Amino acid sequence: MTEELSFEDALAALEAKVEELSRGDVPLDKALATFEEGLVLYRRCHGLLAKAEQRVTKLVAATDGLKEEPLNLE
Amino acid sequence: MNSVAAHAPGTTESPPALTVSELSRLLRDTVRGNPLLAKVLVRGETSNVQRAATGIVFFTLRDEEAQIACVLFRTVAEALPFDLEDGMAVLATGDVDLYARRGEVQLVIHTIAPEGVGLFWATFQKTRKTLEGEGLFAAAKKRPLPTFPRRIGLVTSERGAAVHDLVTILRRRYPLAAVILSPSLVQGAEAPASLRRALADVQDRVDVVIVARGGGSLEDLWCFNDEGLARAIAACPVPVVSAVGHETDVTIADFVADVRAPTPSAAAELVSPDIEELRVQIRALAETALATMRDLLRDRRRGLALAGSRLSPASLQQEVREDGERLLRLGRGLRDATARMFRATSERLESLEARLDVVSPLGTLRRGYAIVEGDDGRVVTDARGVQESDSLVVRLRDGRLHVHVDSKQEEP
Repeated sequence: MTEELSFEDALAALEAKVEELSRGDVPLDKALATFEEGLVLYRRCHGLLAKAEQRVTKLVAATDGLKEEPLNLE
Repeated sequence: MNSVAAHAPGTTESPPALTVSELSRLLRDTVRGNPLLAKVLVRGETSNVQRAATGIVFFTLRDEEAQIACVLFRTVAEALPFDLEDGMAVLATGDVDLYARRGEVQLVIHTIAPEGVGLFWATFQKTRKTLEGEGLFAAAKKRPLPTFPRRIGLVTSERGAAVHDLVTILRRRYPLAAVILSPSLVQGAEAPASLRRALADVQDRVDVVIVARGGGSLEDLWCFNDEGLARAIAACPVPVVSAVGHETDVTIADFVADVRAPTPSAAAELVSPDIEELRVQIRALAETALATMRDLLRDRRRGLALAGSRLSPASLQQEVREDGERLLRLGRGLRDATARMFRATSERLESLEARLDVVSPLGTLRRGYAIVEGDDGRVVTDARGVQESDSLVVRLRDGRLHVHVDSKQEEP
């Protein structure tokens, strides 16, 4: 499920986990589980930033409406 | 064949060819010699006012159908009692002349004076007033830009400096977002309709739109003062950032957009978070999580040690021991999980592992624990090593207590 999260959602979830941990009143096993979940989210965020490659397209009129074509600016 | 030869340059029958300079001189003499073109009085609107380093001011005088280049020499320019700006209606006197180097007819200005408000300026003000009256510029209407846009629409020319700047900056700052160009004309009579269509095409595919154009003259930027375009921007379902010309250029589109950017580059920065800052942010979150876990584990171990020393029944001690073993396992789990994470993301594992081993007493003290130190500054962990009448230091969250041991009671 985490694999499909957008950066925005993964970051928000990561922040929530860290906040939950910092509250400090969590039982230890629960805390470790939260921590592990946080790590998975961290990895998701990090992965998204690391492999991000921008898709740049332009709108072109086609017979059945508009379509997006790759845009090459030299 | 013969007739071609007869008219070829250089043959004796043909009229002598003029050099360009000669033709130019002829034109200049004609212009200068015509009394109708000397000391003319002309009414028009200024545009493209440019000041050269030499103090000479160049500008264009225009009306709806025509324009003529004008020049104000330094002495005249310096003596002007007002600032000559674009869009002023003026009454000027001057001589028509030919600028030979460029083959351009120009008006050499002797006197110039403002005359009311220029036509362009008047139109601009009228549109502005109408739309303002309808509340289209209201601050309450301005929508915030998305923090993490997924798709960014660009309404601008496919061939222009603006699209280049936009794409370059967006790629560097936030490659996570897809960028969709909706090509449009950005100057000329067709431009307003073209801009409206380009906006309509892209607005349902993105979560923010940048309407942009690089720098240009007042005339070049005029399409961004179009009332219809302003209404289209106001009705756009997603926030619009305007970025037209340079910082000093202001258009109706700027008033109606949710955010006005001084330049296309600035617009790109406004709509995108910076990936470097995001890296720092998630890294900080991971480190906070690590530090918190470290504190939790340590507190828990101390609590257990204390409980263990107080409890005597064997079954309870056994329980505490088991708890302790579980803690050790959890601690190992934490280290393993951390190691896995940072290996997988090629972070510098060693530095974080090192940080994991740094005891951060502050976190513990904040939770109400104290550290007891002996005279020599060593941490005291056992009652056994302390004698009655010893002096000890108790470290709390916000300071130290110097205490004296009255009596002691060892527990098994």
